[in-house]
Amino acid sequence: MSVTTKTRLGWAIAAVLVLGYSLFPVVAIFANSFKTPGDLGNQRFWPTSWTLANYEMIFVGQAQELFLTALRNSIGITLIATFIAVVLATLCAYAIARLDFPGKRLVLGAALAVSIFPVISVVTPLFNVWRQIGLYDTWLGLIIPYLSLTLPISIWTLSAFFRQIPWDLELAAQVDGATQWQAFRKAIVPLAAPGVFTTAIIAFFIAWNDFVYGISLTSTEAARPVPAALAFFTGASQFEQPTGAISAAAIVVTIPVVVLVLLFQRQIVSGLTQGAVKG
Amino acid sequence: MASITLNNIVKEYDDGFPAVNDISIDIEDGEFVILVGPSGCGKSTLLRMIVGLEDVTSGELRIGGDVVNDKPPRDRNLAMVFQNYALYPHLTVFENIAFPMRLAKGKFTQEEVKDKVQRAAGMLELTEHLDRKPANLSGGQRQRVAMGRAIVREANAFLFDEPLSNLDAKLRGQMRTEISQLQRRLNTTSVYVTHDQTEAMTLGDRVAVLKRGVLQQIASPRELYEQPANLFVAGFIGAPSMNFIPGTVQRSSTGAMCLSTPLGEIELPEHIAAAGQDKDVVLAGARPEFFEEASQVRESRRARGSVFSAELSHVEWLGNEQYAYISYENDPRVAEVLQNLAADMDTDELRTQLVVAVDAMSRVRGGDTAELWVDAGRIHLFDPATGENLTRDAEAGSELTRQAAEDRRRDRERAAANGG
Repeated sequence: MSVTTKTRLGWAIAAVLVLGYSLFPVVAIFANSFKTPGDLGNQRFWPTSWTLANYEMIFVGQAQELFLTALRNSIGITLIATFIAVVLATLCAYAIARLDFPGKRLVLGAALAVSIFPVISVVTPLFNVWRQIGLYDTWLGLIIPYLSLTLPISIWTLSAFFRQIPWDLELAAQVDGATQWQAFRKAIVPLAAPGVFTTAIIAFFIAWNDFVYGISLTSTEAARPVPAALAFFTGASQFEQPTGAISAAAIVVTIPVVVLVLLFQRQIVSGLTQGAVKG
Repeated sequence: MASITLNNIVKEYDDGFPAVNDISIDIEDGEFVILVGPSGCGKSTLLRMIVGLEDVTSGELRIGGDVVNDKPPRDRNLAMVFQNYALYPHLTVFENIAFPMRLAKGKFTQEEVKDKVQRAAGMLELTEHLDRKPANLSGGQRQRVAMGRAIVREANAFLFDEPLSNLDAKLRGQMRTEISQLQRRLNTTSVYVTHDQTEAMTLGDRVAVLKRGVLQQIASPRELYEQPANLFVAGFIGAPSMNFIPGTVQRSSTGAMCLSTPLGEIELPEHIAAAGQDKDVVLAGARPEFFEEASQVRESRRARGSVFSAELSHVEWLGNEQYAYISYENDPRVAEVLQNLAADMDTDELRTQLVVAVDAMSRVRGGDTAELWVDAGRIHLFDPATGENLTRDAEAGSELTRQAAEDRRRDRERAAANGG
């Protein structure tokens, strides 16, 4: 009994330490986002008086245009990239899990190689190429590099997931009187859907959190996503840092991620471990 | 319900390997046929060809008289129970059973579906589990759900692919009985694949023994046991396996025909001896129960057999029966044949020992020298070169299979009289 209490206590302390370490920056930004410009430099953690001015500024104030267009870009680009990645990865993983074709390992190997390639080494050549062919500062110009980030992990996660589906079900459904399409839709899709959904969430995070491509391959509001746009906030005057507004914007873009994780944490964990253990 | 006819069915894979080679079987309407053989003999492939999950390379497959070679599975109206049950994990037991009817849109009303599922569930004792998901069921219950799904179809035939191999031994016995009774009650043509010869013997009206894609023999269980066509069938059917004793047929000093074996001379009846006379060496097939302790055999029977004495290496007492083992020096001329046979049967190397069933009350022990009597009239002689059974009485064999067919007809009439 005492042993379990002790180990429990140990785990609890460890958990608190890790949580404190990883959540401290988030809480600090959260606190900053409610500070008045005067509070920002006073070296206190919590604001002396809570204010919504920073949020007002990014939603209805002078930073509104910058932030809202960036938010629109972020949402649009990320959703499109996620959608394309999941569709392509589903087809690819289906083939990998179900069919025996030459080059199967090559596809998986190539996907892995792409995913470990450092982003920063690709971004400069990409910058030049995009400018030449007119993709610079466009949605498509970001969607394509985002696919290179999201596709590999999607393919790995999904093919690991698909491998676990008992494909006999498809045959059983056919014997039960289903057409090939019906068998797929009624027996396989319900089983595959959680995996596809999990993959979509993971892909969404990756694209949503990107900064390097966002800042390097855009120059105007036409395609600039939120993480990049934060750097372009300006203070009320030239001598004032826009720390409050940036904090508020950072909190706003964190919200969808937190909500998604809270809602689907079980699926995400099982999806990640599937990719990690079985892939 | 329908008959199933296989005409010279061949399945060849892309690499040219014939998994199923020129098999012809006629399955009558309502008959229960077992496909049995060691793993890799093509029995599952054959079943999957019947149901339509594998293409037929050549030959003709008829169900109820229609050629179905090129029909997709859904047009064949067959129901199949898979080895891993293949239940839909996201559906309840009710929906799993109702699944085939839901696919046939418009054919069944809501009430009919409910009615049929309830009836099948009642038959299979699943009524209180209808709202549960397959993951929460035991192995035997899952098996029953899979059968329920087959029953509601009112399919032309049931196909079973090793349905009991995932169950533990006790449950297997129980499910075996249930399947047998269900088949008799519904009187639906059934094809059942197994590698377990107990299932084959207890369930089948007729059993088809396959080896490496080739049909060895198809007959009633009794015929397979009493009149096996060749060494493989003789060795595969029956547990413990038939003993194969090498020997030469010759005239003994007393003038009678006998088989000279490493265990001594066994006197043979004239007609058996005649069959093996012109061979250099033959394998004498004798099942363990052909032997008895000489002291237990009554005088009147004793004359029909032959007595020899041998030292027992060890004895196994199982309560209802007792097996004694006798080691002997094998004849090098047949060693290879027996080794190949063991490989074909998927067993370890056949040891050169004789298994003898003695009376359960007998107190013989390993190390004793026992006087054993063998019923020489039941011995079969096999040609080691071809494996062929030299003493097979085809007429007696087909009589046994005819009797089995008659038994089945009686069962069916009784079932019909009881209101099905």
